[in-house]
Amino acid sequence: MEADEGKLSVIIDKYDGDRSYLLAMLQDIQREYRYVPEEAVRYLCGQLRIPLAKAYEVVTFYKTLSLKPRGRHTIHVCLGTACHLRGGPGILETFERELNVQTGDTTENGLFTLETVNCLGACALAPLVRVEEKDFGKTTPANAKKIIREFHDGEEL
Amino acid sequence: MMASRERLYAIGADYRKAISGYDKIVKICCGTGCISSGALTVYDELQRVLSKRGLSSKQILVKKTGCHGLCERGPIVVFGDDEILYQNVGKRNIERDIAALLATINEDKIEDELLYKGDDKTKRYMSSFDIPFYSGQTRIVLSLNGVIDPENIEEYVGYGGYKSLHKALQMNPMEIVDLIEKSGLRGRGGGGFLTGFKWRSCRQAQGLPKYVVANGDEGDPGAFMDRSLMEGNPHGILEGMIIGGFAIGSNHGFIYVRDEYPLAVYRLSKAIDEARHHGFLGRSIMNSGFDFDISIFRGGGAFVCGESTALISSIEGKSGEPRAKYIHTTEKGLWGKPTNINNVETWSNVPYIIDRGWEWFQSIGSDRSKGTKVFSLVGKVKNTGLIEVPMGVSLREIIFNLGGGIQGDKKFKAVQTGGPSGGCIPEEFLEIPVDFDSLTKLGSMMGSGGMIVMDERNCMVDVARYFLKFLIEESCGKCTPCREGVRRMHEIVDRICRGDGSMGDIEHLEELGKAIQLSSLCGLGQSAPNPVLSTIKFFREEYRTHVQEKKCPAGVCKNLITVSILPERCTGCMRCAVECPVDCISSEKKEIHGIDQSLCTKCGTCFDVCRFGAVKIS
Repeated sequence: MEADEGKLSVIIDKYDGDRSYLLAMLQDIQREYRYVPEEAVRYLCGQLRIPLAKAYEVVTFYKTLSLKPRGRHTIHVCLGTACHLRGGPGILETFERELNVQTGDTTENGLFTLETVNCLGACALAPLVRVEEKDFGKTTPANAKKIIREFHDGEEL
Repeated sequence: MMASRERLYAIGADYRKAISGYDKIVKICCGTGCISSGALTVYDELQRVLSKRGLSSKQILVKKTGCHGLCERGPIVVFGDDEILYQNVGKRNIERDIAALLATINEDKIEDELLYKGDDKTKRYMSSFDIPFYSGQTRIVLSLNGVIDPENIEEYVGYGGYKSLHKALQMNPMEIVDLIEKSGLRGRGGGGFLTGFKWRSCRQAQGLPKYVVANGDEGDPGAFMDRSLMEGNPHGILEGMIIGGFAIGSNHGFIYVRDEYPLAVYRLSKAIDEARHHGFLGRSIMNSGFDFDISIFRGGGAFVCGESTALISSIEGKSGEPRAKYIHTTEKGLWGKPTNINNVETWSNVPYIIDRGWEWFQSIGSDRSKGTKVFSLVGKVKNTGLIEVPMGVSLREIIFNLGGGIQGDKKFKAVQTGGPSGGCIPEEFLEIPVDFDSLTKLGSMMGSGGMIVMDERNCMVDVARYFLKFLIEESCGKCTPCREGVRRMHEIVDRICRGDGSMGDIEHLEELGKAIQLSSLCGLGQSAPNPVLSTIKFFREEYRTHVQEKKCPAGVCKNLITVSILPERCTGCMRCAVECPVDCISSEKKEIHGIDQSLCTKCGTCFDVCRFGAVKIS
C-alpha cells in the first residue's frame, strides 16, 4: 500500500481526529503524496467513522484535490480573466503541444502534470505560470518552452 | 505573556528605539507580484553584499515588506519614508542595479535609470508621493502595506497597531457596534451590506458560542486585494477580528484562506502565533478578561465557497454547497450557531474606524458608500497593480490617471468589474462614480474589487464565453437553473464564437439569463448571467457581427479570422518567427516572411510582437 498508516495517523492526530477538519486532512494528505490515494481515503474514513461516500464527495468537489497521481512537477497555467485577456490560452496550448499532454494529464515519463488554475492572484503580471512554488510572470509562448527546460531534471523530453 | 497598556507602549518604544539606530532603511517589496519578478534575488544579493563589511560604514536595515501596489514595475525598492522609489530593480542587470542601490545607500547618489518615468519619457519621479499612480490614492487599509515587515509584530505595534484593540476593550461592546454602524462601513466582499447592522443582528442572536469569520477566499479571477492584505498586513485583519469578536460576544474566529495563497497562509499563521505570544490573542486579552482565538482554515479552490453559506459548509468539513438564506447566518451559521462573516478588507477597516472615529470615516467616500475601496487594476492598462481610492472616484480617473491609460496606446473598449458576478462597462459610462449603487445600476457590481481593463483587441463575446466557462466549472451543481442554465448559455455563446450563431440567439440568451437570475439559489447563480447580459446590452453590435457576418472585429475568435503578413510592410526582422510557438512562419533575414496557414494556430503572437504593423488579422 502506497499510503502508510503512520503518516496518516500523524495527520489525523494533528486535528485531534475531528471530522470537521476532513478537508484540511485531505489537503495534508495531498501535500504528502501529491495526490489523494484511494487507500488513504479508506483509512481516513475508517478512523473518523464516516462513510466513504462523504469523503469522496469532498475530494471530488474541491479543485485542489486530485485522485489521479501527479507527475514530479505540476505546471499550473493561470486562466484568470487578466491572464485570459493577455494570452493565457495560447500559453496553455503551447504547453499541451510541447509536452504532448492534455490539460489535467501527466507526461508519459511522469515528469510533468499540466493543470489550469482559475486565478493565482498576481494578475498584474499576467499571463502567469506556476511550477511548484515558483511563479513566472508575463509569460510568452517562447518562455513556456524555457520553463519546461528549467524543470526537465536532465531527462529527455 | 499578558499585554497590558504598558506592555503595548513598551513594544512600540522598543521598536522606535531600535529603528532610530539605523542610518538608512531599505524596503524591498516582497508581495507575490514582485517575488515573481525577482524581488527575492534582489533582497538576497543586497544582503550578501552588505554583509561583506567594509562596503558600508552605515547601519542599514533591509526589510521585506508586503505589496507596494505598482506590480507592473516590480521589483520595487523604496528608501526611508518613501523618499526614493526605484522600480524594475534587477530586471535587466542585477549586478549593475545592486551597485546602484549601494551607491544610494553609501553616497545618497540617485540612479536615474531606476526611477519611475512619466509617459513622455523625460520626466522622472523621485518619490512615490509624486507618481500619479500613488498621489491619486487615499490609503487607509493599505497604509501599512509596503511599509512594515508583515512577519514582525513589533513593526505593526510601532506604527500604532493594536492601539485600537486596547481602546475598544475599554468600551461597551454595544457602543462599538453603534460606532461601526454610524461610520457607514459596508461589506467589501461585494454585497455591500451594512457591517454594523450585521454585527448588531449577530450580537442580538440567541445561542452560544458565536463565531466570527474572515472571508479570504477571493476566488474572483482578476482580484488580489485580499491576498495582498493578508500577505502585507496580517495583524490589521487580526485586530479587526478581535475587536469584532469583542463587540459581538464571540470567543472564536476563523480565517478562510484559499489554498492557492500559501504565502498568505504562512504570514497569517506567523501573525497569529506572535499575537498570542504578546497576549493580543488567547485568554484575557490585554488583561481585559475577554478571551478570543483565531484559527486558519484553508479552502479547497472552489469559487462558490466565497458565498457565505457555502463557506460555512466548507468549514464544517462538507462540500461547499450553499443553502437558501431563509435564516441569516448571523442567526444560524457555523454548526448552527450565530456567525458573523465579513470580508478580509472589511475587517481591516475596523481598527482605523475605532482609532479615528466614525465621523472621520463618514467624511470619506460618496453619499451612500463610505470610506475607501481597494481595487486591483489589471488587464490592458499601463500601471497594473493595487490601488486604494475613496468611493465615488470616477472610472476614468482610475483607468487614465492612476492606471496611466491603455497599454501600447490602443483604444479603450470596456472595463470589467465584479469578476464573474459583474459586468462590462463601455467608454460612455467612464464618468460614473465608482460605488456600490452606481455599478449595480449599470448591471455590473463592485464585487470584491477586481477591475479588468480591455482594449480593442479583446472580443466581448469571447469574454462572455470565458466567464460562462468559468462558472460552469465553479457551479456547485445543487440547483438546476445554475447547473443547467449556465451550461446552455455557454453552448449558445460558444456557437456564436465558432461562427455557427443563428438569428435569435442573442434574444434567447437574454431570456435565459433573466430566468437564471430569478430562479437560482445563491449569489453565484443569481449573478452568473451578468457578464453576458451586460456585454449584450453595451456591445450588441459585436454579437450581431459574429452571428450575421461571421466576423470577429477584435480578431480573437479563431474560426472567424485569418492571420497574414502584409508584404509591403514586412521588413524581414524575424521577430515574429522567433516568437511563433508553432514555427509556422517561413523566414530568412531581410526577406519577406510568410505564414503557413495549415500550421497556424491563430494565437496572435506575431501580431502582438510586430513593430511595423505588418501582421494583419482579418
